[in-house]
Amino acid sequence: MNTIFALANVVIKELCRRKDFYVLFVLTAVLTLLLGSVSFFQDIKVVRYVKEIALLLIWISALVIAIATTARQLPAEREHRTIFPLLAKPVTRGQVILGKFVGCWLACGLALVVFYLFFGVVSGSREHSWPVLNWLQAFWLQWSMLGIVVALVLLGSIVFAAPSSNATICFILVLGILLLGRHLNQVALQQPEPLRSVVYGLYFFIPHLEWYDVRDLIIYDHQLIGWGDCALASLYAGVYAALLLFGAWLLFRRKPLHL
Amino acid sequence: MEPIIETRNLRVEFRAQNSGSEKKVAVKDLNLRICGGEVFGFLGPNGAGKTTTMNVLLGFVNATRGSACLFGVDVREPIARQRIGYLPELTYYYKFLTAEELLRFYARIFGLPRAVADQRIEQLLKLVELDTARRRLIKTYSKGMQQRVGLAQALINNPDLLILDEPTSGLDPLGRMKVREIIQRLKNEGKTVFFSSHELGEVETVCDRVAIINQGELKVEGRVADLVREHQANLERIFLNIIGYQPESDA
Repeated sequence: MNTIFALANVVIKELCRRKDFYVLFVLTAVLTLLLGSVSFFQDIKVVRYVKEIALLLIWISALVIAIATTARQLPAEREHRTIFPLLAKPVTRGQVILGKFVGCWLACGLALVVFYLFFGVVSGSREHSWPVLNWLQAFWLQWSMLGIVVALVLLGSIVFAAPSSNATICFILVLGILLLGRHLNQVALQQPEPLRSVVYGLYFFIPHLEWYDVRDLIIYDHQLIGWGDCALASLYAGVYAALLLFGAWLLFRRKPLHL
Repeated sequence: MEPIIETRNLRVEFRAQNSGSEKKVAVKDLNLRICGGEVFGFLGPNGAGKTTTMNVLLGFVNATRGSACLFGVDVREPIARQRIGYLPELTYYYKFLTAEELLRFYARIFGLPRAVADQRIEQLLKLVELDTARRRLIKTYSKGMQQRVGLAQALINNPDLLILDEPTSGLDPLGRMKVREIIQRLKNEGKTVFFSSHELGEVETVCDRVAIINQGELKVEGRVADLVREHQANLERIFLNIIGYQPESDA
């Protein structure tokens, strides 16, 4: 575990020392604050729009941070050859993958904490209500979803040599799942066999990232989802992330270290 | 005496790029046996198979056939690397870290307790004369300084075996002398050093034994003094004869 956390620590340090991360981070924080500070004649609908835009911004920024950060981890290790002195220590390739995963996932979590803090302060001060548990649940579910995304991008970074192509493909894939994933079963019903089975298979095969999107519950001040459901969703994310990481390890353990 | 490094009939084959299924043999049935406390020079021209052999010993590349062990443990086991230090030819380190952070990171990987790590980092930064630059990012260091950070990271776990891949390449004379002094010091402490180099004069000065490899094949192995006596020539001459180089003046 020490090795995994040491590697994770390096990932977070690298991220903290990168300028592009700060630009995105500060931009999202400033936009969230600006959106919250604008007065719209106290119209409740407009406040909801503002919340919706702020949450959308948080979702997009978190995805960009997760994908962009993770996509370059392993290729950068191989390109800069930092993987050599690292693997010359008693470190396995599996630990490298796990360390990178934990580092990227924790970095996403840190960014999300700050984003949700901004959102909470802004939203709470406008509406004079503080549904902290709802925000916590939304944060936790989004972070769980990012766990799957980080694992997926890590797997992609072993398959695709260039971080940019991996990031683009993963971004399209994740957006596709978020926007269309829930409709795949309905699409399947309208298809003839054998396409129907294929689309159904795809529906059950893909990780349903859209389940973790509870923005509407926050925007329209709905009740929390059950904590049992929340735990199941976390378990689902954990299983998917573990499967993707296992796949990444299978590919990486035999991969030549030179690019 | 149990060998620190042992290879038996080690063979490494690669599928050559741009040549379909043709295989290139990088190392041919290499047998090496290096005991504790030795400084062993591993020599050969570029492309001879030195780095490939080192890569097998470090677990970066799997052997096609044969075996390689460090401290009696198969090199494929990560635990085999617990007691070694490795200095790559070029400075492959996280340049967004400071020297102190990099050493702390490696100390953590070796599971050194914090107090021990602090003490060790302090000693090493003094040894490589980087204690005043310890909080600067490595990317701001000169090449010589980066090489010294490399040496410090290779020594963080107080290794019993040091594997150095051309440790003095690109260093100025002072830097080379410093590295030689450190190797000598490690030898006096009873450590085993396995290093490749093109600086034959340096090898002759520092090494107890050498091996010369050419086109993946071990050509000569033995004590430096014995080889010089046997071949009636200095190490450079022996090396050039083995790789088949005929100086123009001799032709």
